[in-house]
Amino acid sequence: MTRTGTAGNAGETLHVDDLHVQFHTPRGVVRAVDGVSFDLLPGERLGLVGESGSGKSTIALALLRMIKPPGRIVSGKVQLGNDDLSTISDDDMRRMRMARIALVPQGAMNSLNPVTRIKHQLIDTMKAHGAAPDSGPKERLETRVEELLESVGLKQEVAERYPHELSGGMKQRVCIAIAIALRPSVIIADEPTSALDVVVQRQIMQTLGAVQKRIGASVLLIGHDMGLMAQFVDRVGVMYGGKLAEIGETARLFAEPRHPYTQVLISSLPSFDRESQFIKIAGQPHSPLNPPSGCVFHPRCPHAFDICPRVIPELRTVGPQQVVACHLYDEANGGTRTPNERMSAVAPSGR
Amino acid sequence: MSAFLEVRNVTKVFGHGDNATVALSDFSYEINEASPSITAVAGESGSGKSTLARLLLGFIDPTQGEVLYRGKNLKSLSNQERQQFRREVQAIFQDPFGVYNPFYKVDHLLKTPLKSFKLASSRTDARQQIEAALDTVGLNPGEILGRYPHQLSGGQRQRITIARALLLRPRLIIADEPVSMVDASLRATILESLLKLNREFGISFLYITHDLTTAYQIAERLIVLYQGTVSEAGGVRPVIRDPQHPYTRLLISSIPTPDPNQHWTDEAVVVPGDQVEAVITDGCPFAPRCPHVMPECLTEMPPLFRSKEAAVACYLYRDAPQVPDRNLTAVLGAIGTKGASPAKSSVSVGSMTR
Repeated sequence: MTRTGTAGNAGETLHVDDLHVQFHTPRGVVRAVDGVSFDLLPGERLGLVGESGSGKSTIALALLRMIKPPGRIVSGKVQLGNDDLSTISDDDMRRMRMARIALVPQGAMNSLNPVTRIKHQLIDTMKAHGAAPDSGPKERLETRVEELLESVGLKQEVAERYPHELSGGMKQRVCIAIAIALRPSVIIADEPTSALDVVVQRQIMQTLGAVQKRIGASVLLIGHDMGLMAQFVDRVGVMYGGKLAEIGETARLFAEPRHPYTQVLISSLPSFDRESQFIKIAGQPHSPLNPPSGCVFHPRCPHAFDICPRVIPELRTVGPQQVVACHLYDEANGGTRTPNERMSAVAPSGR
Repeated sequence: MSAFLEVRNVTKVFGHGDNATVALSDFSYEINEASPSITAVAGESGSGKSTLARLLLGFIDPTQGEVLYRGKNLKSLSNQERQQFRREVQAIFQDPFGVYNPFYKVDHLLKTPLKSFKLASSRTDARQQIEAALDTVGLNPGEILGRYPHQLSGGQRQRITIARALLLRPRLIIADEPVSMVDASLRATILESLLKLNREFGISFLYITHDLTTAYQIAERLIVLYQGTVSEAGGVRPVIRDPQHPYTRLLISSIPTPDPNQHWTDEAVVVPGDQVEAVITDGCPFAPRCPHVMPECLTEMPPLFRSKEAAVACYLYRDAPQVPDRNLTAVLGAIGTKGASPAKSSVSVGSMTR
């Protein structure tokens, strides 16, 4: 626990190993995150994409140890640099947040304190999560506020304003400034632009990218928009039903998706290039209380075969930096079996 | 013959004095029954697109101008006409979770309109109509009827609201962001249902969205709004593939393309919209952010110019003829149903932006 809370930790790897998060509800147990493992390398941009209920936001909260009851991290290991975030004390974890692993929340409008000037929100964060709470003279903190606002493209006047005086995009920039205030090594961005228009979204993502590069942090971008992933991240992990279906380098994943879910997801993206046709994923997402046996995607999968309802597929490497959890790629099936015709079983309904 | 629904020079101002906000400014457009069309109205939040929807539904009254239903002002409809208007113009809203009363089974939502408008002769008839409507939107009545809203997914609920609208045999459906709260895998199913209603039942749609990609998928006409004014309007393909207005260009180039090889261009060298301080009251509302701003942009609102089959509110096109009375019907009215416009090529998003 030597480095907890020390600012300026760029260059650390975040290891997530077999993470399980469950919600114990009166109607049963929901396995929101069901055995997810990945590494976030120093300076890397990794995306986690999935539909609502896929567990992607729960992962974000679990990494920060902010899961609230009835939710609980059941098992798994989260390691940042040399520190095991799953075993450190609550006090140490609090110092770890923002200082080494920061969050840009979803819906900036609701995450700022409405009765506090922007300046104080930044200073409070630095004090609460900084190494020595009252360190530094006042002037130095104010200079730091100016630097931070400038780095996210905001004018100095913003420091004196209240959140309600700012637009949604400006508030999200403030949230980015707060997230980078202590130079964390990992920035978790949970749908940071979901409430913003595309023009503002692009500006915010470009700002996030620029500050991330400057401080050398890595970014875990959580979202549902494959377009945003294509534009921003180096690697994408596709979540379905609390599990990673596939994870791979962005260009490769888009060019050659291996998991049937990823395949339909990518082919169903609306595009101006293609003559529009509606490619649908058959069926409905399952109830989280009652997930299907075996592979959770099998009831909707166009390629499902006998083993799928019985055995949960393991993640296996199918190519350079591409890992897939699907029986189509089992060794018994030749290891690199590919669906004979990528979209064969998904009938596009012409217009 | 008068149009089915006409918006004539409508301006809507919220608040007054120093707090006045012009939500929609001098907007004119007609929806005709004879050629059922899908018109997409696209814009950011604050562009006035939802204000337009509420004006058309008669939820709010225009500050200036009028909304005419079959040639008659919405405000002066008789009870009988109003009843007919309520049946013929239906709405589908964004949130498929908020429109249901959680204490009633979904059957209630489907039976009530049939009862209120006396559209069913018997219980059996009502049941048959409901089953047919659910079937049309791709739902299995056996799986849906008798259930409570919380037992259904967002996609199922949104399709039930479409079935409910369909039961009333409307002529126009105003769909305000119907897929923005639905997951990607179900979005296509809902859009397909809307398209089917247009094709098979001749229902016109006003599809209100912030998402140009879905507008491109189902609409044939497109109106782009910016801060209450029309910046560009025309056929959905030409406008998206070859946008004329600097704002439309910025908007289209900002869409994150789901293709890692096609990156956001850095073409958007404009003032970020969240940091514009000057509010233009007389000129073009986009002027403070526009890379091509000229002196006249700051003093007078540009009229709609006719450039390449589209209407563009920008002085860059001042040499083109003007659209009379800013009436979009002159530009959009001729754009037919989608099946009849086969001009399809594969132009990429990247190449559309200059």
